[in-house]
Amino acid sequence: MTFPILTSIVALPIVGALLVLALPGGDDEGAATSRRTALAVSLLVFAATLVLWSRFDAGSADFQFTEHHDWIPAFGISYFVGVDGISLLLVVLTAFLTPLALLGSWESVHRRRKGFCAFILLLESAMMGVFVSLDLFLFYVFWDAMLIPMYFLIGIWGYDRRVYAAVKFLLYTMAGSVLMLLAILGLAYLHSTTTGVYSFDLLKLYAIRVPDHLQFWFFLAFTLAFAIKVPLFPFHTWLPDAHVEAPTAGSVILAGVLLKMGTYGLVRFAFPLFPQAAVFFAPALGTLAVIGIIYGALVAMVQPDLKKLVAYSSVSHLGFVVLGLAALNAQGVQGAVYQMLNHGVSTGGLFLIVGMLSDRRHTRLISEFGGLKKGMPHLVAAFLLVTLSSIGLPGLNGFVGEFLILLGAFRADPKMAAFAATGVILSATYMLWMFQRVNYGPVTNEKNAALPDLLPREWATMIPIVALAVLMGVVPNLFLRPMEPSVNRVLARIQQQVPARVRVDRPADHVDALADAAGAPAARGQVAQAEGVR
Amino acid sequence: MNVAAFSAIVPMACVAAAGLVAMTAEAFRAPGERMPIGGLGFIGLAGAALTMLGLWNHNLTSFGVVAADNFGLFVTGVLIVVGALSIAFSGPTIEREGLPAGEYYALMLFAIAGMMLMATATDLLVIFLALEVLSLAVYTLTGIRRGSPRAVEGAFKYFLLGAFSSAFFLYGIAFTYGVTGSTRLDRIGSLVAAQGMAPTPMQLAAVGLLLVGFAFKVSAVPFHMWTPDAYEGAPPAVTGFMSTGVKAAAFAAFARVFLSALYPLRDAWSPVVWVIAAATMIAGTVIGVSQSSVKRMLAYSSIAHGGYLLLALLAGNDVGKGAILFYLLAYAVTNLGAFGVIALLDNADRPNDQVRDYAGLSAGHPALAAAMAIFLLSLGGFPPLAGFIAKWYVFSAAVKAGYTWLAIIGVLTSVVSVFFYLRVVVMMYMTPTETPARFPPVPRLAGAALIVSAILVFYLGILPARVLDWAAASIATIF
Repeated sequence: MTFPILTSIVALPIVGALLVLALPGGDDEGAATSRRTALAVSLLVFAATLVLWSRFDAGSADFQFTEHHDWIPAFGISYFVGVDGISLLLVVLTAFLTPLALLGSWESVHRRRKGFCAFILLLESAMMGVFVSLDLFLFYVFWDAMLIPMYFLIGIWGYDRRVYAAVKFLLYTMAGSVLMLLAILGLAYLHSTTTGVYSFDLLKLYAIRVPDHLQFWFFLAFTLAFAIKVPLFPFHTWLPDAHVEAPTAGSVILAGVLLKMGTYGLVRFAFPLFPQAAVFFAPALGTLAVIGIIYGALVAMVQPDLKKLVAYSSVSHLGFVVLGLAALNAQGVQGAVYQMLNHGVSTGGLFLIVGMLSDRRHTRLISEFGGLKKGMPHLVAAFLLVTLSSIGLPGLNGFVGEFLILLGAFRADPKMAAFAATGVILSATYMLWMFQRVNYGPVTNEKNAALPDLLPREWATMIPIVALAVLMGVVPNLFLRPMEPSVNRVLARIQQQVPARVRVDRPADHVDALADAAGAPAARGQVAQAEGVR
Repeated sequence: MNVAAFSAIVPMACVAAAGLVAMTAEAFRAPGERMPIGGLGFIGLAGAALTMLGLWNHNLTSFGVVAADNFGLFVTGVLIVVGALSIAFSGPTIEREGLPAGEYYALMLFAIAGMMLMATATDLLVIFLALEVLSLAVYTLTGIRRGSPRAVEGAFKYFLLGAFSSAFFLYGIAFTYGVTGSTRLDRIGSLVAAQGMAPTPMQLAAVGLLLVGFAFKVSAVPFHMWTPDAYEGAPPAVTGFMSTGVKAAAFAAFARVFLSALYPLRDAWSPVVWVIAAATMIAGTVIGVSQSSVKRMLAYSSIAHGGYLLLALLAGNDVGKGAILFYLLAYAVTNLGAFGVIALLDNADRPNDQVRDYAGLSAGHPALAAAMAIFLLSLGGFPPLAGFIAKWYVFSAAVKAGYTWLAIIGVLTSVVSVFFYLRVVVMMYMTPTETPARFPPVPRLAGAALIVSAILVFYLGILPARVLDWAAASIATIF
């Protein structure tokens, strides 16, 4: 029997959480050891995911490292986990962001640090579970269980309106997901009517053909759950509240990982399980995504609060992800998955920086800042790089994802791509404008003059983020290669059932061209041309 | 008549005997003397548990009217858990308020015996007898705090409406007898089936009256009016006992009567139960949102949970029947745990049963707050807790039987219910308070019972396969 590495990745944080709770000392005295323990555990998990990546066979579309144990045999429910190229990268991203989130809230969380660390670790475990589950029941358990630690993180350690935000977050997401539960039950029942036994096994459910009228209902139920989580316009209203009130670590994980669960759910469950409905609803999803891109950007532009601005920028960026998925072609879907990772890195970074600023000044209003560059050159430099990565400057990660998405969207529907492209311009506008107001110009407020620059702990959070942003911008193939077979398999499955609408071709051509463009100076002209579209 | 003929009633006899001894002991107790009368209850329940395990799978019948089939025995098991936890949580209240321990425990044990009889009876008259045994004991327990006007009001309302519903039930039995000439469930079933397709008015009257009687006992809307007052007036441990034990016994008999004897008339009663189930889920949840007392909130929550059980009963398929059993167990463990916390917080000078009294509990009593949060989240149906598996089981049954709309109502009301469960969590964890309510220390026995319930809540939520198999095996023997 092989070593159950996925189970270890899921279980290790739980063990860590119990360990943290069992540490001697009260909730306050035990603080120093508890956060060190939590950090050590989360780094260990990250190391495990790197091992996972190194052993991963990038050429295969199959689920790897699978483990299968009966759980509730009477209903065909099993503990069934495995990763393919899509989930592998999200698992790594989760493990990458968790230690950074812990570091980001290292000093700003003053009360009940033990509980804080335990909830972060429990959250990590649930998120890992969501990404590795190949049994729909198991997936739902992790999906719903994840709400509880996040609820407590926002509700206990958040800012002034934290209770409102926490309850809203929980009820919104739960309201979306319960209907998905019914659809999952319906699927399992359908499996029993066609084969005689219940099953929640994703691979077995892929194999059955869901009747048309049921596909539409099931797809809607699944997509509602995922659309709320993404959040897709008009289901996004919980997000700004949750982000603004959450502590820094909560925001980082919320933006970095939780939102990706919605888009991950679309590409893993909703699209391949119900291909006809997916093709039918794809234009509607794309339209909502484009509305979200533009709406999110416009609303972000007028926000006086840094955190709210970043929150609305997430609505806009996640709109790109959904647009790429709805394009239903290889470029679009690959770009979407890539953009999920990008958004985790760059928005995670932005929330960390906003956290640093708000730790120093105890405010997040843009108007309170100005001229920070003089006092804190290093912090502002990191801020600039993360901002540019979020905008999608070529050479940094955001560009690759957005480029692929727009390419895919253009092939599916040029009009949509045209509208979505305005979102790229708008994002440059609101991000750079915000950056200018915060960092440049004269120091208008005395309090901003003598702020400390990056502390060692903050260096430790910024270096990995910036390094990864550059790495993902320069060698995208490192990340695109493993996901490619998996993405193609999803599309092939849709094409198999709905032949007319889906084009699977060699995405590697475009990818290679893009990689060359990003890597080789001689090809910069192409990129500049592409940039000209903006 | 040989000895074996009595075997099916041995579990309830053990409990009833313990009740009798408790009553006798009370008579010999000098005022102020402390006696471990609660321990007697545990002995009786342990005897019941042993005999229950011995009877499992033997499918014995006593006198032709009490059947120790696996269905009845499963519910008996649930009732043993309910009884043990209730007794453990009663100690602090009895001590503090100086309640007569012997009477209190004797009444509780008699009620448990009545419940066990109700769960295993296969004759309408015996069901009625059991119903009266348990009801009379529970009416008295509700009003056992004689000094409290609320307790008296609750007990009186409960008694009047309960007596009223008993009359309905009795009328139902009379009509059933008039139609079929029997009160035995198996004979009723075959005779009704033989009487042809279209139900006669007499049959409808019989079904309707029985339905009203049961609906009162399981506090289904619109027959739920007594519930909040009775739950609020009774001591917390008794409320927990009522909301789980009475419900378990009543649902067991409800399922037995409607899914076996009256199953041939299913087309006639299922639309009515549909409406009652929907109304119960919706009203229980919506009214629960506006409660400021935790006990009243849990009273409405228990009404809503009754609605989910009705949904399982309505589905009526093998999954639904199993779901009733599993739900009763999961709900009993969870809800009793929650009432256990309420009982422990109950102070001599202050009941601490308002939602706002929970402010800052996580700072003063972290373990109690964590336990309460676990129970409330389980009631709300969050994985990986017992309440999630129970709801999932009910909704699978509903989806399988084609009651999709009712299932949608069910999941949506369960989201709304999360809102009011969370209010308590918000108070405990997220509301700082300058003047924390004073909470008494936790006695050892009650603390242990809380830990046991919390472990069971996790066990049923994470490793439910074995208990689900038992539940499935239990329904295989009857119906």
